[in-house]
Parts: sequence; structure tokens; C-alpha cells
Amino acid sequence: MAFIEISSLTKRYQGDADCVEALRGVDINVEEGSFLGVMGPSGSGKSTLLAILGGLCHPTAGSVKVDGIDLYALSGEKRADFRREYLGFVFQSFNLIPYLSALENVMLPLAVKAMPTAEKRERAAQVLARVGLSARAAHLPNQLSGGEQERVAIARALVNNPPLILADEPTGSLDTATAGEIMELLQQLHREGQTILMVTHNSENRAYFDCTLMLRDGRVESSDCRRPSLAAAS
Amino acid sequence: MNLRTIAFNNLRRRKSRLAFLVAGLLLGVATVVTLLSLTEALTMEAEHKLDNFGANILITPRTEELSLTYGGITLGGVSVDAHEIVQSDLERISTIRNSRNIAAVAPKVLGGVKLGEARALLMGVDPEVEFHVKRWWTVNGAPLKGEHDLVAGSAAAHRLGLSLGAPVEIGGETFTLTGILQETGSQDDELLIAALPTAQRLLNKPGQVSLVEVAALCGDCPVEDMVNQISEVLPEVKVAAIQQVVRTRMHALEQFRAFSLGVAGVVVLVGALVVFVTMMGAVNERTREIGIFRALGFRRGHVIRLIMMEASWVSLLAGVLGYFGGMGATRLILPLLAEEHPHLVWNPLLAVGAIALALVVGMAASYYPALHASRLDPTEALRAL
Repeated sequence: MAFIEISSLTKRYQGDADCVEALRGVDINVEEGSFLGVMGPSGSGKSTLLAILGGLCHPTAGSVKVDGIDLYALSGEKRADFRREYLGFVFQSFNLIPYLSALENVMLPLAVKAMPTAEKRERAAQVLARVGLSARAAHLPNQLSGGEQERVAIARALVNNPPLILADEPTGSLDTATAGEIMELLQQLHREGQTILMVTHNSENRAYFDCTLMLRDGRVESSDCRRPSLAAAS
Repeated sequence: MNLRTIAFNNLRRRKSRLAFLVAGLLLGVATVVTLLSLTEALTMEAEHKLDNFGANILITPRTEELSLTYGGITLGGVSVDAHEIVQSDLERISTIRNSRNIAAVAPKVLGGVKLGEARALLMGVDPEVEFHVKRWWTVNGAPLKGEHDLVAGSAAAHRLGLSLGAPVEIGGETFTLTGILQETGSQDDELLIAALPTAQRLLNKPGQVSLVEVAALCGDCPVEDMVNQISEVLPEVKVAAIQQVVRTRMHALEQFRAFSLGVAGVVVLVGALVVFVTMMGAVNERTREIGIFRALGFRRGHVIRLIMMEASWVSLLAGVLGYFGGMGATRLILPLLAEEHPHLVWNPLLAVGAIALALVVGMAASYYPALHASRLDPTEALRAL
């Protein structure tokens, strides 16, 4: 059984004039510990795929299983619990909470967990140190550079030790040098056993992926694997 | 880090937003507090004034009057046993349990006198008390000062051909007409008014009074109690409440209170609407933030609790500040509205009520926005996925 099993995934958006098919019967199996890149032009369905995989967007048809859990057989609230325990999100625009410090932003996924505050603080501090930002723990997001904010976002995604990281264009807002640093960090996490699925349109990032999936018009156009982490993509 | 931390930091680090949220509710609470405390102070003044404006208890001699009627013809009454009230007995009124509720005791002696060929009704009064109780009396000239001063009712002065400053002969004594009452439309217009000892001497009723009007402060005790207490110390007289007076006063005060409560109710509704609109705006501004919370695994209930927690703190702050703001406004406005002795009352119940009102209104108005926030589609909220 693959860690992620996506089967006949379809997503249609009903507009006023027409119906848009963002995904058309996509099948993907991803092994645990993979670093998978999803690429494609605008409108290819890669962000929709990420949203559905993150339990944020109900598919029109098909199924999504993560670690054997049928995501959309769960209730909305159970899916929220799933996101908290199984997923770490890294957004393109960092999406840090502006009135919380770096440390508090990292602790955010722990806010609704029954855990002593001291333990939450310690865990967040460890993760922040892992991304090299211990010295900036008390700073607000507007006091951090773009790269630092992205690191905080990655730390936030890691604090709950999620089996899966979903990253949507994490280097999209960064300069080349900083983008390179972020990709190195993600690769380091991958080497430590983290499963990462990343959406990007930057072809330079392909070098970091075990497998690169090319989407076009809602379908898997091609898959290119340097290591066997992706099975039966279509 | 918990929901409380998130809520607290949101308010602490976004002070301008906090101020904006507090301002709407604070204004409503302050207005209600001002209205209610002004009402309380003005009601107290109105009660005080009304209780001093004319008598509400009448003390008259106890007479066994027999009314004779036969075949539809009334033959008048026959007083079997009639006598005046002994003036010195009136001191016993100050010994009753609610003596502090007595604003004034106004004894009067009445009798007929001759001015040349004409006859007139003479009333002897304690000038200071009588003119205090009968505030509707307006004197052209000067009120009674000396033993030989007279004040005439407008009709009596006209009928007897009296003018201000003119000498008046009664019972061999010469008096000066110092004042003429403006027309009152009552039996007072027919009176000649003199100082009580003078009238007692002229009427040959030393140490006696014909009736006593008592002004009782009915604010915190029913006038029936006062009547019973006075009856106990003066068993030989008849004591009665002037029910029409009492009921009219209470009715006027109740209407005043009802009007104020009605206005306060409208203000509360408007305040609630302002809070609702402000909270909806605040929630809409935080759409992306709420999308982040949901994407990170917050349940809908967590989002609702977060918004309601912020609303409760904002409401509490608005309630406390609104109470003090309202009392401050009352302190400034009251001297402009109260005619005499403006008295600001610091009512702890009003403080508790103001804070409770702010909490109830603030949280009720915030519930729908909180529910709306929890139902936001995370993908639409984030717009990045």
C-alpha cells in the first residue's frame, strides 16, 4: 500500500457560463519518504491537487487516501483533526499571523492541542532551531526577511511532526539565493525521512525532487523519477 | 500557546482595531448609563420637588357631622361635636417613625372677619412653611413678614377694593397690605392671609388651628404609612391622604421612567447593530487568517471560541469604560438639567448592569460573525490554494 493513493481524482468547478474541469481522473501513488514535485503551467490543476490532498477541497469524484485514511470519508471536523495531525502546510505567501511572534507562529498548530504550554514552547523552539532561526524567535513577521518568514512557515509545518508536508510554491516570493536556501532546507528534511509534496513552476527545483509530475489541463502529462517513489501516475 | 494567547495577542498588538471595536459598544453603554443615571437623579429631584409642591396629607378636626336628608331634600349637616386642633399637639408629628419623610407641616387657622361693612375669610399661616408648600403662589408685592402684614387673594383684593400698601382695618387693628396673590383659580383667591398668631388673636382662637396640611416625601415610603403613624400620635384628629395628589405624582414619575427606559432600549438596539456590523467587518478582514487557522487544523468550534473570546474581552472593556464614561457625562450634564441640588448617585447595580449589558450585547452581536467565520471555505479564504 502506497503512503498516498489518489484514485480517479476529478474536480469540476461549475461557473455561470460553463464548467471547468481542474482535474480529470488523476491517479497517483506516492511512497513514504518521497520528495515529489508537481509542475505545470497555470491552470494545469496543480494547486487544486494540493488543496484536495490537504483535505481543503472536496473532489467531484475519486478518492484520496493518506496512510490508509480515506480523507473524504471523514467529516469536516475530522478532516480538520487530520490536517492538524498528519499534514504540514507551507504556503506561497508564508501566511504567518502578523500579530504573533515567530515562536508563537510556530506554536500555532499546537494551540488546540491538550499539552502543557512549556512543552509546546520547547517543541517550537527546537523546530525553530532546526531551521536556524532561534535568534529571531521573538520577532514579529514584519521584522523578518522573506527567507526568514519562509523558514518560520516551514518550522510551523514541522512542529506537529506530520508524516506529510504539502508545500505550495514555497520559493515563489523569494529571490534566487534565498530560494536556494529554502530548497536546501527542504531537501535536508527529506533526507531525514520527511515525505514532501511540493507544487512549483520553477524548473530549477527539479533537481531536488525524487520524482517530478507534469500536469497539463488537469491530467498527468508525464512523470520523471530519479528514484522509485512514484507509482502508476496517469 | 492556546486560543486565549491568540485572542489576547490579536487585541494587544492591533490596538487601533481594538479601539475601533471598543468604541462602538462603549458609546452605546455610555449613552445608556448616562440616560439611566440622569433619569435616576432627575427622578429623585422630581420626587423631592413634587413632595414639596403642595400637601399630600390633610389633618382636620374630628367632627361627628350628621347629614340630614328627607324625601330628597337635604337639610344640611349638624356638627354634634366640633372643635379646633390644639396647635401644641402638632409637635407629636415629629415623633413618628418616618418623621424624616416629612417635608413640611403647615398649620392654618380659618375664620370670618369684618372689614367695615364687608366680610372676608381670614387664614392665619406660618408664612415660611406656607409659602414653601404652596409654590404656585406668586405674590405681587411682598409676602408676609411682620405681625401686621396682610396678603390678599386676587378676588378678595378686588372685591374689597384693596390696593398694595394700603392700610386695612380688622378688629380695631390696622394692617398693611404687603402683597396680592396672582390668580390661582382656587379658593385661595378669596382669602386674606395673615401670620398665624395674628389670625388666632383676631379670630379668638388662641393656640388653635383649623386644619393642617402636611407635605410628606413619598419616595421611599407609602403615604398610607405616614397617615397611620400620624393618626397614632394624634388620635383626636382626622388624618387622610390626598389620594389624587399622590396618584398623580406617582403616575407622572412612572411615565418619566418608562420614557427613559424606552429611549435606553432603542439606544441598546442601535449599539448592538453597530457592534454586529463592526464585528462582521472585523471577521471579513480576517478571512485569510481564519483560512490559515482552518488549514492548520482548527475546528469550526475553535474558530467560534476564538472570535467569541475576543468579543467578550472587548465587551468587558467597553462595559467598564462605558460605565465610567457615562457617569462622567452625567456629572457634566446634570447641573444643566437639574434646577436645584443636583445629586449624582453612584449606583453599584448600574455598574454591574452596564458591564453585563455590554457583555450580553457584544457577545450576542458577535455570535453570527463568529459562526460565519467558522463556515468560511479554507481554500477560498486563503485564495492561494
